[in-house]
This record gives sequence, structure tokens and C-alpha cells, in this order.
Amino acid sequence: MDLYLPIAEMSVNALVIVALGGLVGFLSGMFGVGGGFLTTPLLIFYGIPPAIAVASSATQVTGSSVSGAMSYFRRGQVDLKMGAVLVAGGFVGSVIGSFLFRWLKSLGQIDVTIGLVYVLILGGVGSLMLKESLGSLKLMRSGAAPSRKARRQHPLVAALPLKMRFPRSGIYISLLAPLLVGAGVGVLTVIMGVGGGFIMVPAMLYLLGMAASVVVGTSLFQIVFVTAVATLLHASQSQTVDIPLAVLLLVGGVVGAQVGARAAQSLPPERLRLFLALLVLAVAIRLAIGLTWTPKELFSIQTALS
Amino acid sequence: MKGLFALFMVLLAAAPAAAQPRLVTDMSQSRIDISHRFAGAELLIFGAIQYPGGRAPAEPPGIAVILRGPAGAITVREKERVAGIWINTQSTRFESAPGYYAVATTRPVDDLLDERNAAIYEIGLRNLQLSPTTAADAQMTSHFEQGLISLRQREGLFVEQPYGVQVTDKVLYRARLPIPSAVPVGNYQAEIYLIGNGEVRARSTAPVIIDKTGFERSIYVFAHEHSFLYGLSAVALALSMGALAGTLGKRRAP
Repeated sequence: MDLYLPIAEMSVNALVIVALGGLVGFLSGMFGVGGGFLTTPLLIFYGIPPAIAVASSATQVTGSSVSGAMSYFRRGQVDLKMGAVLVAGGFVGSVIGSFLFRWLKSLGQIDVTIGLVYVLILGGVGSLMLKESLGSLKLMRSGAAPSRKARRQHPLVAALPLKMRFPRSGIYISLLAPLLVGAGVGVLTVIMGVGGGFIMVPAMLYLLGMAASVVVGTSLFQIVFVTAVATLLHASQSQTVDIPLAVLLLVGGVVGAQVGARAAQSLPPERLRLFLALLVLAVAIRLAIGLTWTPKELFSIQTALS
Repeated sequence: MKGLFALFMVLLAAAPAAAQPRLVTDMSQSRIDISHRFAGAELLIFGAIQYPGGRAPAEPPGIAVILRGPAGAITVREKERVAGIWINTQSTRFESAPGYYAVATTRPVDDLLDERNAAIYEIGLRNLQLSPTTAADAQMTSHFEQGLISLRQREGLFVEQPYGVQVTDKVLYRARLPIPSAVPVGNYQAEIYLIGNGEVRARSTAPVIIDKTGFERSIYVFAHEHSFLYGLSAVALALSMGALAGTLGKRRAP
């Protein structure tokens, strides 16, 4: 079923895009991640221009994170105060990111930057996750109880000024630390079209030392707001948000997420984390191949900057 | 075909006594609408040659049919391997590259007319006047021109059909030009040239409009003219779809 996308200015097979959204939704429902890190590269492999893939994927992440954020909120697993600080940081970061995006686009280096950032971040996060999940699987085999490290802030974070109390997260921490984390994730949201949960959750646990019970909910809360701002920035600065494309992705994504969430219940969490780590690494390797193999087209055309 | 024949008869009857031949042109549609089902199109350009006194010359006529899209400035970049990674390094800017250009001829352009005339009328992909502006040696510029042409050819945006024009009885001509789904919108021009002895004998032009229509057009205009509101609607749509799915999912699996 061919459908002409008005912003991407090309015809796509609507069923393929819905299926693609469904696959990402299934995996994100299964692993509890937003899935933007899969949507953007898959859309680019399909042939959607990278700038439009990034912007429309950010829109899709807003939709796929909101129901999760709402259910965590109802269960009281969102630290609103911490969330507000992270969102504020995210706003600053996304504005910085959008200027960075424009600058790189005018230099003609946006595609390779998106690729490199993906390879570095997904490669790094994927290997850490792989190491951690293999370690916990080994511990399970030997029958030993997993040793819990005492939750604490990173020493560098503890040294920052402007300390504040966040009772829900159970920490007394400098305001600057969550602001910086939020800003960093905001930059990534605009440049990569991802929610950034896969980097924010570890940062909240290991840098800020937040209570594990509120980490996922607060991260989803931040993602909804910051991806919404990223959509607005892309829409008003470069007109790269393709609503029909985002809707197709969402239709597939929301159905896939329900199926994935159910499938996840029959799998032990340690194994799930191992699969997710392998998946993240696979995407990173595929992108690394794309950057280093001789491309089919050496030339590319950029129309005058609007 | 009946229409063509009727046209032919009328032309024969009304053949003027002018010394130069004339071209009469029509096409399958003068407006191509891009709707949500648009997956490319084909434009049929046809017409007749009106010879002075109604007598066709002995040799078969040479015809070139061109469809030309709006021209604009573009930057062409070339990738090179830097530290193992393919990165855009060199670039050249062209001030007037058409977003679409298709040419169909009765014979290859080189056989039809000489280089000078081909360049004047921009007949043939190699004869486009792209106006490169980046200061570079001629060899570099032509390297980038080649790159631009072959890339656009693979995308179906530049088309050259050396035997794409059919001529019937030395009078009626027709050509079919393919238009891909990724065609840029704007005001196009169809140009038909009658070529004899390496020179242009007659020329006729007709406008073609390619534009988005209906829902597709509204979205495009909305996105460009009220971009902030457009962004807000995208967010609102995403939020409501996500929230709806969450509610439905919970109802099914309590």
C-alpha cells in the first residue's frame, strides 16, 4: 500500500512502516525502553532522509512513552521535583542540540555525526549492559545472592554546590547534577531522535544515586516532555516532522508494545537484559559497518538551506 | 488516437505558407497532482509538425522533448575515507540545477545537433548549464557535475531517452516521460525542439504544474506556514494516541 509522505516528499509502503513501528513497539514493550534508538536507524535504512527520521522518531517516542509515564505516575513512582529539574535541563539541552543540529547540517556533517554518536553511545551502553547481565546470570547459576552495592552518589557529583533535598528519590544533591544530566539527554534527543532512557536510567542510578523505585517513572516523565519540545523545535526550525509518518509508526508501535509487554512476563528479567544488550550491540555494529564500508553513493546533494 | 488523427487532419488543412515549419504540442495532463496515493506518474507529450506547404522533407525529422523542473541552488558533496570512516570532504555549489530534467530525442543528442547548439538550448544531460560557483579547477567541477548527474539519474530525477521520441509519418511525434514519486513540486516547462541539419528549426513550449493536492497539500502548507502550531498538533496527536493505547491495553489485560 503506497502512501506519499508530504514532508519527506517520497512514497513509502505504509504497511512496512507500520510493521517497523510494530517491531520497535514490541521490543520496547518487552524491554521497557522508548525504542527511539531503533526507529531512527531503521527509518534511515529504509531510505527516509536522516533529518526527517530523527524528528519524526522524536514525535513517536512522545506517544510511546506517555502511557508508561502515566501508569508510573498513578503508582506514585515519579519524583515530580526531580522530574521538573530534569525537564528544565532537557529544555536547555534540546535548544543547544537544535543549534548544533543546524550547524552540522550546514557543514554537511549531520549524517555522519548521527551515525558516529549512535555507534559510540549504543556500543558503550550495550557493552556495559552485556557485561552486567552476563555477570548477574553467572551469579544466578552459582546460586549466590546478588550482592547489592550501597547506593551512593558519584564523588564528583557530591562535590558540586547548590545542594537540595529530593525526598522521593531519597537524595540530598546539588541542583546542577540533574540539570546537567537532563541537558545532556536533551542534546541527544534532538540530534538522535531518542528519548534517552537507556542513558538516563544508568545516570540516575550510578551518578545521582536515586532510589531504584522512582528511576524508570521519572525518566519516562522527562522523556515525554523533552521529546515533545524536540518535536516543536524540529517543526518550527526545519519543518522536518512528518505527521503521517509519525502516525504510522505510532499505530504499529502501540499495538506492538502491548504484545511485547505480555511476552516479557514469561521471561526472567536477567535474560531480558541480556537480549536487550545484544540488540543494542547489533544496531551499533550495523551502523559501524555503514560508516566504514564503501558507500554505494559517494555523492550527496543538499538543496539550499531553507 | 482518434484525437490525434483529427488534429492531424486540421493541421493539414490549415497548413500556412510560412517558410519555417511550426510545432503544435499537447500533453496528457498539464497539471500533475500529488495526492496520498501518488507513486510516480508518466507524462505523454505529443503533437504535430506543420511543414510549410504541407510537404515533409525527405529525411526523418529530429525531435527533442524536454520536461524541466524548477531550478535552484544546491550543494553537492563527496565522501572520502578519513581514518576509516566515510565523511563528506569536498563540495561544490551549483546555482541553477533543475530539480527534475527529462529529455527524450529521436536519436542520441550528439547525432542530432552540435555541441554549441546543444549547450544554447540545454538539450541533453551533459549540456545543462548548472552554474558552478565554488572556485575550483575545471576538472574538479566536471567531476562534481558527473556525480550530480549520475546520482539524480539513479533517483529518476534526471532522465535521458536517446530513442524516446516516436515519429509517425514524419509529422506526428510523441514521447513518454517518467516522473518519480520524489519529484519536487513547482512550475515545470515542457519544451519541444524540431532539429534539422544540426540546427533548431522550430520550438514550442507549454507549462506543466506539479503540486501537492488535498490532504497532502494542507499538511505541507500547515507545516511551513504555521510551523509552531503544526509542531503542537504533532505533539497533541502523539500524546492522545499513546494515552488511548495505554487505556485500551489496560482494559484488555486488567
